[in-house]
Amino acid sequence: MRKMTYGEGIREGMRSKMLEDPNVVLLGEDVGPYGGTFGVTKGLWEQFGEERVRDTPISEGIIVGASVGAAATGLRPVAELMFIDFLTFGMDGLVNQAAKMRYMFGGKISVPLVLRLPAGGGISAGAQHSGSLEAWVTHVPGLKVVYPSNAQDAWGMMLTAIEDDNPVVYIESKILYSKKYEVDDTVAAIPLGVASVKREGSDVSIITYGKQVEDALTAAKVLAEEGIEAEVIDLRSLYPLDKEAIFTSVAKTHRALVVTEEVKRGGFGGELSAMISELCFDELDAPVVRIGALNTPVPYSPVLEAYVLPNTEDIIQGIKSMF
Amino acid sequence: MYRKMLSIRKFEKTASTFFAEGKIPGFVHLYIGEEAIAVGACANLRDDDYITSTHRGHGHIVAKGGNLKYMMAELFGKETGYCKGKGGSMHIADAELGILGANGIVGAGHLIATGAAWSASYRGSDQVSVCFFGDASTNQSTFHEAMNLASLWKLPVIFVCENNLYGISVSQARHQTIKDIAERGEGYCMPSLTADGNDVVTVYEHVQEAVQRARNGEGPTLLEFKTYRQHGHFEGDPGAYRPKEEVEAWLQKDPIPRFEKYLMEHKLMTADELKQIGTEVDGEIQEALDFAFASGYPALEASVQGIYSDIVEEARSR
Repeated sequence: MRKMTYGEGIREGMRSKMLEDPNVVLLGEDVGPYGGTFGVTKGLWEQFGEERVRDTPISEGIIVGASVGAAATGLRPVAELMFIDFLTFGMDGLVNQAAKMRYMFGGKISVPLVLRLPAGGGISAGAQHSGSLEAWVTHVPGLKVVYPSNAQDAWGMMLTAIEDDNPVVYIESKILYSKKYEVDDTVAAIPLGVASVKREGSDVSIITYGKQVEDALTAAKVLAEEGIEAEVIDLRSLYPLDKEAIFTSVAKTHRALVVTEEVKRGGFGGELSAMISELCFDELDAPVVRIGALNTPVPYSPVLEAYVLPNTEDIIQGIKSMF
Repeated sequence: MYRKMLSIRKFEKTASTFFAEGKIPGFVHLYIGEEAIAVGACANLRDDDYITSTHRGHGHIVAKGGNLKYMMAELFGKETGYCKGKGGSMHIADAELGILGANGIVGAGHLIATGAAWSASYRGSDQVSVCFFGDASTNQSTFHEAMNLASLWKLPVIFVCENNLYGISVSQARHQTIKDIAERGEGYCMPSLTADGNDVVTVYEHVQEAVQRARNGEGPTLLEFKTYRQHGHFEGDPGAYRPKEEVEAWLQKDPIPRFEKYLMEHKLMTADELKQIGTEVDGEIQEALDFAFASGYPALEASVQGIYSDIVEEARSR
């Protein structure tokens, strides 16, 4: 075992694949000598050179669109946008091109690209740099979406994402970048669509991913002192989705709470909640509870931001309301 | 080149007829009148070179060597079509011929073509990438982002603007202040020029030069070819926004009779030989039609297949 940050986990995933396959290339704003806005690509430019780690203009349309063209013609680009919010500029390349090419071209072209998108709030970055927009991408057939919650998963899932022949949206919780985790010495690729049970419990299932996994575990600890044993499911990838893990857990605990950082309205949490209500109705002893951010843009002031984003206390209260 | 131009014309005339009869679904945007550009450009390309096309893509695909049978079957939504009936007129691709897709999104091809050119140069191949696009798409941000990167990274991409003077119903004068789109090349330090797009020899020569530059690692070129679409924006659009005199004047410049005249004047072909090619192309179109008619529609299960390389079951549930 060794200690590693979440950001380092992502980097080591990219480094391993770059060592293995010369067609793996990185591109994005400041990913070169600067090492990425959040330092994730630090050292890769020095190791692999200008041709493989390319700084682009601040021009998200071309970052995504050129990645699509490159991926369709033999490369495996890993593109970084500085913030998930900037996906607005790259959305056509992702949803109308990358996601649909295989299907509408009758399987003739595949687009093995990875799009890295730092997401989430908690650092007073304001409304245009704190988005949690996973619902936008999970809604699109043709995309895969991963959202790791720790360094080991970040590494293992990056290996899988780069190997995948489909476009993979790799969402990173930016508040976790500098957080340290224990990581195995040899990290293997983690298949997409396999959730991880982070804590076993018998009374309620907390279904979540990304930064909220940690909040859920903290909440579970507090609840345990009060006699409520919560099971924490880290989905790890939002599509493909490990429905079995969710259903198995709900069948065991008979209660489900979904927690995501996105605003509740129209979010992916709603999809999870609907799926549980639709398919596990007979198992449920209480309605599914959904925790998310308030339906506002993310405010700047730390006081307001903390109020708007979901936290451990919200999870605890949500669970208590089910008993 | 003559045979290709004629194939496009006859393929599309056929498509127009069957669309009018309600036998071809969806939208069909015809290239009739613009054939010289696709043919003149693609005559310089190898099978492994890339092109990106537009929603008006039949011409580019035929010019790059696309199979008429698979194209026709695709238009009719048949399983034997290029895209197994899931793409249609606006979404035909052929990876083996470097055709990275006709595209229903105006301006999307700029980025993809640039990415393909980057890939080619990264892999150290001498492949080039030709991006076909219309005048109106040069107002999209994608055009500028692609031009900037292609120029900055010296990518082997040739931007071929097919300026047919209209963005759907809006004339060029009403969608941009510049007269020639080639002017926009200057802002990106890119060699660029404007030329007659209805003369296949002119197109051929300019693209040849640009392709050589690209293969030699000298970077991108912007070529603007002025042309005119003889039909409306899509089939069913009467094109009433265009003055009659303007349409008439452009019909006089039809690229096919012009090329026929050129071939005969230069004694490259006789009238009989041209006629013979016409008959042969008619036969090929009929063959493509027979193929399309004889083909079945895709099985309903196909609708949920081929979204991902490795997942099929998910799409089965509503």
